[in-house]
Amino acid sequence: MVRLAAQGGTELPGYIPLIPFFPMAGALLLLLFRRSIGRGRWAGIVASSVIGSSFVLTLMAVGNLMTMTGAPEERTLSGPAYEWIAAGGLNVAMTFKVDALTAVMLLIVTGVGTLIHVYSIGYMEHDERKATYFGYLNLFAGSMLLLVLANNFLVLYVGWELVGLCSYLLISFWYFKPEAAAAGKKAFLVNRIGDVGFLIGILLIYAHFGTLDFDEVFARATELQGAIVTAIPLLLFVGAVGKSAQVPLHVWLPDAMEGPTPVSALIHAATMVTAGVYMVARTHVFFEASHTAALTVATIGAVTALFAATVACLQDDIKRVLAYSTISQLGFMFLAVGVGALSHSPVAYAAAIFHLVTHAFFKALLFLGAGSVMHALEGETNMKKMGGLIKTLPRTGWTFIVGWLAILGIPPLSGFFSKDAILVSTYEEGWFLLWLIASAAALLTAFYMSRQVFLVFFGKSRSSEDVHPHESPSIMTGPLVVLAGLAAISGMWLGLTHAGPIFRLLEPLFGVHEEAGTEAFLGIPEAGLVMIAVALSVLGMFLAWRLYLARGGEERRAALQERWSGLASFVRSGYRLDALYGALFVWPGKTIANVAAYAFDVRVIDGAVNGLAVSIGRSAEGVRRVQSGLVRRYVMAMLTGAVVLLALFIARAN
Amino acid sequence: MNSIPLLTLTLFAPLAGAALIAFTPKDAGKAVRLIAFAASLGSFVGSIGVLLIFDSAEAGFQLVEKVNWIPSSGASYHVGVDGISLWMILLTTFLTPISILASWNVAKKVKAFHIVILILETGMLGVFMALDLLLFYVFWEGMLIPMYFMIGIWGYERRIYAAVKFFVYTLAGSLVMLVAIAVLYFIGGRTFDLTELYGAGIPAGTQYWLFAGFFASFAIKVPIFPFHTWLPDAHTEAPTAGSVLLAGVLLKMGTYGFLRFSIPLFPDAGIRFAPWLAVLGVIGIIYGGVVSIVQRDLKRLVAYSSVSHLGFVLLGIGALTVMGTTGSVLQMVNHGLSTGALFLLVGMLYERAHTRKIADLSGVNRMMPVFGGIFLFVALSSLGLPGLNGFVGEFLILNGAFGPIPLLSIIGAFGILLSAIYLLWAYERVFTGEERLPEGDRRSIWRDVGRREMALLAPLLVAILFIGIYPKPLLERIEPSVQRVIESVQGNRR
Repeated sequence: MVRLAAQGGTELPGYIPLIPFFPMAGALLLLLFRRSIGRGRWAGIVASSVIGSSFVLTLMAVGNLMTMTGAPEERTLSGPAYEWIAAGGLNVAMTFKVDALTAVMLLIVTGVGTLIHVYSIGYMEHDERKATYFGYLNLFAGSMLLLVLANNFLVLYVGWELVGLCSYLLISFWYFKPEAAAAGKKAFLVNRIGDVGFLIGILLIYAHFGTLDFDEVFARATELQGAIVTAIPLLLFVGAVGKSAQVPLHVWLPDAMEGPTPVSALIHAATMVTAGVYMVARTHVFFEASHTAALTVATIGAVTALFAATVACLQDDIKRVLAYSTISQLGFMFLAVGVGALSHSPVAYAAAIFHLVTHAFFKALLFLGAGSVMHALEGETNMKKMGGLIKTLPRTGWTFIVGWLAILGIPPLSGFFSKDAILVSTYEEGWFLLWLIASAAALLTAFYMSRQVFLVFFGKSRSSEDVHPHESPSIMTGPLVVLAGLAAISGMWLGLTHAGPIFRLLEPLFGVHEEAGTEAFLGIPEAGLVMIAVALSVLGMFLAWRLYLARGGEERRAALQERWSGLASFVRSGYRLDALYGALFVWPGKTIANVAAYAFDVRVIDGAVNGLAVSIGRSAEGVRRVQSGLVRRYVMAMLTGAVVLLALFIARAN
Repeated sequence: MNSIPLLTLTLFAPLAGAALIAFTPKDAGKAVRLIAFAASLGSFVGSIGVLLIFDSAEAGFQLVEKVNWIPSSGASYHVGVDGISLWMILLTTFLTPISILASWNVAKKVKAFHIVILILETGMLGVFMALDLLLFYVFWEGMLIPMYFMIGIWGYERRIYAAVKFFVYTLAGSLVMLVAIAVLYFIGGRTFDLTELYGAGIPAGTQYWLFAGFFASFAIKVPIFPFHTWLPDAHTEAPTAGSVLLAGVLLKMGTYGFLRFSIPLFPDAGIRFAPWLAVLGVIGIIYGGVVSIVQRDLKRLVAYSSVSHLGFVLLGIGALTVMGTTGSVLQMVNHGLSTGALFLLVGMLYERAHTRKIADLSGVNRMMPVFGGIFLFVALSSLGLPGLNGFVGEFLILNGAFGPIPLLSIIGAFGILLSAIYLLWAYERVFTGEERLPEGDRRSIWRDVGRREMALLAPLLVAILFIGIYPKPLLERIEPSVQRVIESVQGNRR
């Protein structure tokens, strides 16, 4: 029987499938007719209006959700769009579901997405291949919307791989640069490693539940017994590690900065890379069932947060700082979902999503700001060649400063509330060591971000004489201002306390938060934790000031450099992991492939076959005459054989 | 029974075209091409008629035609279609006109070329339609000869070597199969009729031997490691049309053979050996994928990738589940479309660059962006990107195999990583980076995809996307027939 009835909630309103469909159709249009649309600003206008329409539809959906009555768990819109794959008992439909978590993601993807589309109109003004660019950008938006709307594992996987494709296409957008092409390929392949794990996880889920529908699978998740309880969440997490650039599969994200900067903002900061966090949150029942899996998530998150922060401290490329920063911030989010699963803490889960939202605002803002700086400096990305830009790029500079203070967690900006929620819940649930690691990462975050702001916007200008920075057009600074506003107020608005809207909103998914009774380690009250966090941020800022802005900073830096140069270059290279992976996997892999292809296939197998042919033929020279003689003889033999057999049959039959 | 023998018309339309071409004057190249195209198109229209008449609820053979051929021996002209052969027939009639259109620039022996390709089409269709073992064998062998000439006369530098290798390999397998057919005839009640031979109740011990006899022929055709080394040579040296039909249609005959003959005829042997088919499939997936990575010739890379893709098909068949095997049949279609398209594209590239060596090419995308975009699209379908055709088949195969043989399914899943490596790495080297022109070449030869080329690629691209988004029309016709095969085998065990 075909099961297409909507489960729970109401029927799927007809406009929901249009949310991903609009951008997909926009992509098709732009890519097929890129030559006719490619001139002027049309491509950008088409693409922006398409994603803007999805934003409007999302608002409709949110409005629809908010006016629903009934139990909170039932306030969802779900149902199938059409039957997709059905064979041998498997029945997968294109099923969508909008609940609170999806609604949050939809708002980010379409909202921030629209702003970045608009910004791109200015940023890509002079590029010849605008239609292609906007086509890919729309395709990305559609795929990401599919990912967050999916109501079964296979549709999730479709969106998952398609956003990876768009990431590949956009990283290598300037494909004629070999570095860009290599970076795109690397991103796709590293993600595919994660996807193999994800896929095997899906196979396991189907084998045990006989369905891939979220509602049914999650409802029966506790039925599992034995090793599979841990295997399923860990395999899913392998996918998340790849997509969200966590250690050890993070190596693709720094290279991904080869892509146009708005792409980095949209895909590699605000949306796609958060898909892993979303996935773990969505499938949290599996992680709650396995202590090992949950602990793995929290640990990988914390370690990644610290590791990437150390690397970010030593980058000179304006975008690479932000790339490592993104890896680090995603680590914070994984820490939070991990703690949520470990301690069944609704606050920790919600904190992860909360930080996902605020990070989307301030990191998109920072990336777009960096793009504006590069735009002003004709593509310069080396921070050592910047400085003092606040005077010439005031709007970019001041909005960037808002983003900087937000990521530092300076009250009352957004990052303060969301990061604080992560640190406090980690501490209060008793994960002291993880809290310590995360706090160290927070200190380093304050250091590297302050270093960046000081190097780029303050101090003396170090750019060459013939560069004349100019503020970007308002089509670019407009989105910056909007994002700065969101980065400033979204924290207060969404999560002033643990009873704020974001925490309430997500209760149907993660459970209701009970305020009382958590034994605080060392007896530090929450206010104390908050003060520690702020103090660490201020300390990081102060250290950066001492080294990069204050008088005598240069000497102090030189002294440090002299003493720690070996360590510094090791850390700067990302702990030489690229070289290590090359030696461990790429080189042996190629060697094995070469041996198989040229030694084994050609020499052994073909050698045996040719040898046989030679020994059948009279001599080695005889083989050369094969072309005429031998084949004719074979044909004759075959035909004779067939005739004899036929004759035999006929004779016997009579 | 139908009043119009639609299958027969579809089957012999190409042969009629070949006969017509034989009577055209030698210098009428254009007329020859048009007749050939029209004949193959006629066959395509016929097969669309078959598709429209086909009843998707019916699992058995449809549109059956049976005429006594050699009454005394029990051989008959007996043809029909089920949900498995239906798609093989459509694949054949779809790819042949495209191949003819792709060969518009073939200048050598134009008449002979088109006669050969049309005879080949009838041969291929016959293999998929035949419900009589002797008839099947005639088509199976008959197909070999035009393909031998196709490679040997119109191929590239090492064409003779490749043609002979192809011929000898295939023939060696066929002869073993012929013996098995003869034995089957005698113990199966002196009939070649497939529908009678199904369920003939052959003793298990005999089944094993007969299975092995058919296996020899089908395994070489698939090809199964280590009998695959004819494939890269044949595919690489064949002219574009030959490569498209070799990869698109001929390679399916081995896996089709397992489904149509080996497994339902010898169910006990099928059950017994199916896991080993799956093992061989997984070896093919991994070995073919690994070897593809380091190929230096783009066409050879595409050729080797078939070993990997057919490995997936074999895995699904070896799983002996409705889901896995349905996926296999779909994947046979998918491979025909995607790899067929890749061979067409490599052929177009060669026409321009006069080289297929990966090291000689760079930045092609810069000179031919549309071409580069199409190549990437097809490569993505080949590496199983969701939303395109390959994913649906691979997922059904892996998911269908996971139940009975989880470990093999897990190893097979790594095939999706290997295909991404070899395709995207090749794409990076050939299409991206700075453009580099082979010595003495002028930029003007790098014209982007032309109108004729677009016309022959577009149907493939549409089909690739369509199956990815909406595979239902295929799956709902494949599944009942696959179920019938699986049930006959699994039921036999009890």
